[in-house]
Amino acid sequence: MKARHQRIALMVGGLAVLGIIIALVLNALTSNIVFFFSPTDVVEGKAPQGRAFRIGGMVKEGSLQRGADGITVHFVVTDTEHDMPVTYKGILPDLFREGKGVVAQGKLGEDSLFVANEVLAKHDENYMPPEAAKAVDEAHARAARNRTAETLQQ
Amino acid sequence: MIPELGQFALILALAVALVQGALPLAGVQRGNAAWIALAWPAVRAQAFLLTFSFCCLTWAFIDNDFSVVYTASHSNSQLPLPYRIAAVWGGHEGSLLLWALLLSWWSFAVSLFSRQLPETMTARVLGILGLVSVGFLVFILMTSNPFERQLPGLPEGNDLNPLLQDPGLVIHPPLLYMGYVGFSIAYAFAIAALLSGQLDAAWARWSRPWTMVAWIFLTLGIAMGSWWAYYELGWGGWWFWDPVENASFMPWLIGTALIHSLAVTEKRGSFKNWTVMLAIGAFSLSLLGTFLVRSGVLTSVHAFATDPKRGVYILAFLVAVIGSSLLLFAWRAPKVGLGGRFALLSRESLLLTNNVMLAVVCATVLIGTLSPLIASALGKKLSVGAPYFNTVFGALMVPVVFLIGVGPFARWKEASLAGLARLLRWPFFVAVLAAILLPLSLDHWSPLIALGLALAFWIALTATLNFIARVRATRAGRPFLSTLFKQPGAFWGMHLAHLGIAVFIVGVTMVKGYETEKDVKMGPGDTVEVGGYQFGFLGVRETNGPNYLALIGDVEVTKNGKPYRRMTPEKRIYNASGMPMTETAIDSGFLRDLYISLGEPIDRENLNGEWAVRVYHKPFVGWIWIGCLLMALGGLVSICDRRYRVRANAVVITPSATQPAQSA
Amino acid sequence: MNKFLWPLAGFIILAVFLRIGLDLNPHEVPSPFIGKPAPEFSLPVLGTPGEALDKHFSPRDMRGKVWLLNVWSSWCVSCRAEHPFLVRLAKEGKLPIVGFNYKEVRGDTEIDASKLGAEAERELVQKRARAWLAQRGDPYQLTVLDIDGRVAIDYGVYGVPETYLIDREGIIRVKHIGPLTEDALREKIMPLLEQETRGKP
Repeated sequence: MKARHQRIALMVGGLAVLGIIIALVLNALTSNIVFFFSPTDVVEGKAPQGRAFRIGGMVKEGSLQRGADGITVHFVVTDTEHDMPVTYKGILPDLFREGKGVVAQGKLGEDSLFVANEVLAKHDENYMPPEAAKAVDEAHARAARNRTAETLQQ
Repeated sequence: MIPELGQFALILALAVALVQGALPLAGVQRGNAAWIALAWPAVRAQAFLLTFSFCCLTWAFIDNDFSVVYTASHSNSQLPLPYRIAAVWGGHEGSLLLWALLLSWWSFAVSLFSRQLPETMTARVLGILGLVSVGFLVFILMTSNPFERQLPGLPEGNDLNPLLQDPGLVIHPPLLYMGYVGFSIAYAFAIAALLSGQLDAAWARWSRPWTMVAWIFLTLGIAMGSWWAYYELGWGGWWFWDPVENASFMPWLIGTALIHSLAVTEKRGSFKNWTVMLAIGAFSLSLLGTFLVRSGVLTSVHAFATDPKRGVYILAFLVAVIGSSLLLFAWRAPKVGLGGRFALLSRESLLLTNNVMLAVVCATVLIGTLSPLIASALGKKLSVGAPYFNTVFGALMVPVVFLIGVGPFARWKEASLAGLARLLRWPFFVAVLAAILLPLSLDHWSPLIALGLALAFWIALTATLNFIARVRATRAGRPFLSTLFKQPGAFWGMHLAHLGIAVFIVGVTMVKGYETEKDVKMGPGDTVEVGGYQFGFLGVRETNGPNYLALIGDVEVTKNGKPYRRMTPEKRIYNASGMPMTETAIDSGFLRDLYISLGEPIDRENLNGEWAVRVYHKPFVGWIWIGCLLMALGGLVSICDRRYRVRANAVVITPSATQPAQSA
Repeated sequence: MNKFLWPLAGFIILAVFLRIGLDLNPHEVPSPFIGKPAPEFSLPVLGTPGEALDKHFSPRDMRGKVWLLNVWSSWCVSCRAEHPFLVRLAKEGKLPIVGFNYKEVRGDTEIDASKLGAEAERELVQKRARAWLAQRGDPYQLTVLDIDGRVAIDYGVYGVPETYLIDREGIIRVKHIGPLTEDALREKIMPLLEQETRGKP
């Protein structure tokens, strides 16, 4: 009799602990998932306000500017269709270059300025992070479609 | 010519591995003694052939033979000799060859040190290791041949990735691989035991030291990788929850559970199925790690050259190894007895709880690592941020760490709750009180700092108490200290490793709670104060390294007006690849690190002007790695325990021995 | 059901996701340019030292041939990795390769091109491109110079190296992103090439 009670108590306890763990994991997961958006997505209002997300594309040529403190930088991330101004306070990665792919993580601030708290550039390649590449390519595809549509109308 | 010899040796090694994987296992099944006996020479031949093959590849690097594709793409004649040798495992092909080489060495070691085991058992273990080796060798020869030639050869090679041109990274991969591959021994023992149906204490006793050695290497490998990231990447971080890091951390978690579980299975014969499951899990996660890193399914900052075709092969291998093991497990496990019974509160139950928690922690890391992959399979792009891992890992490890303090006091079979509470109430109060008060005397107080310190004090106090109690019980009139040092290695090892965790926690807590990070613009003559030190920037000068051009910043550090030392962070540009690299300057101390890294010049044209500079003060950061070293040391001490060897010998004399016999 | 089968079931589900993940290799992005005519351009051809840049090349010149357009720069790390393979491929002589030098000077962050004059930049571009080909071997039938990267935009180049397979009618058939490898050649390019040669003798 006692052993059976003990067993039931154990099972109930175990299930409760499991429930707590699952709740913890799900909660942490949903609040820390970072979605990826292209500059076009942001312009179209798909990106969330007040929640961190990632933005990717190319650093626009000639767009890098330094603030007076020397540490804050402004640059423009573009998918060739739309531009997204980004500001970041900190030191840029070694492989950050104008005209190269970049992924920045942060939040949308006022005046649709993207305030980044993390800028990622890949470590050992001259290469574009895949998310950034996707953003640029989709913009290209849209541009190509529009051009075809225009030619047809003429 | 030499690369061809290397390749030939590799092909021969595959042939030998096929023999080693097929005949001994079949021999055991059919009772053919000649086939069984083949296992030993096959293992020796394989170890010799792979060593030879690896030396051939190394020679191609030493000799700057750029007609070998792999050499041409990972080395350069300007590269200093030690890095040319390290470049052998600097790329995909070479690191796989290293893996196969280490596997053959581990197998050789098993064949040497397992004389006391029944012949059939060893033959099975070696056969399974042979099969694993076949998988790797076929993979190397089919998709990633390091000896491939291109004729005519190139005049110059591509250079090793500058990130890898560092002493830390010279030894990091071999250490890590020793750990990964070592778990294949625990795995082979578990599968051999499943095949034979003899899942008993003897099996646990045999595989324990091997598992421990693998775990030590993995611990050191992970610590080395984290230390490297800290000083080489130049952001001052030491763990990023990057997929590649997680890939090595998951086998560690399961491996940690496994060494505890094996102890219980050996001593009490309990939860054997669970132990087998962990042994399969540790090795499966090692393979999964290889898959994740090498197939490119997950993007990571550690961008390795990836190739989806290799991914398909590794996945197939993964399915074959893990799938067949789990199938075998499902078939055999129901027949395995339960072993010694234990009460709801006992050392067994506490260890089991810890084990299950570690497995759960590993599952949460796995979920976080794989959810971007699963999401992309469902058509969404996302990433899981480090806060997820920090939150979940932190929260789940609190009970685990708490139980570390309780476990050593609990008796086997049945422990008394009241007794434990009476014993442990003082260390508990002291730890909590000290953790609340100590941060008050420091910069600022936060609940997380208090929690971290409380856990660290808790482990330290309970370990001390456990030592005292143990010495009192075994003293028998002898002096305290000599009794202390006469305690068995296993006891010392356990507490050293646990203290390592305490030290590690102190490091993490202090650095998270009290670090100062300043990113500042500095011109010659500018000074910034961080953590009580003044950093005066003198300017940047140019020098030439062996294969790079360096810009060296001179920073004069003073404390309270007294000169302390000069630090010289660098920015390097490697000649062959043109890649820029940051070399940080670190002043390591017992209680704090000073960390400076050069960012970029504010004006690209004026290198002598202002620079963006990172200046960090990191209290206790070194304790993170000291803690890891202590854990590894604990493992080492525990396998030096004489009782391991004496008991193992006992098996030879009386296979069913329950009494330890005299050492032979 | 045997409760010991659960681990196996869990692993099988995981393996299925891993398999799907492999096909979704993030490096492969469908390009909108495939099946479209290769954008026209006329760019100067890299000549021998001292020669002026007065020869021009246009994709029209390759009509009737199946050829590869390979985008590269000497500052590009992955191009270095790719180059030996291109040299071997060129030796086989099955496919003519045209080199497309992309922003040789402007793309290199170590040099501030805005401080150079247009003439000095052109000189530097030629010098660097020649040095690279001399050192590593020249797999190209000829190399065109896209000094300002304007033509590359038409091709949707967003990183080097990239390789395009262009058929007899001047249609882009394959766009390969990243270093060209043996496998990529065998799986993506060779089938199309064979189809082409069989279709039109």
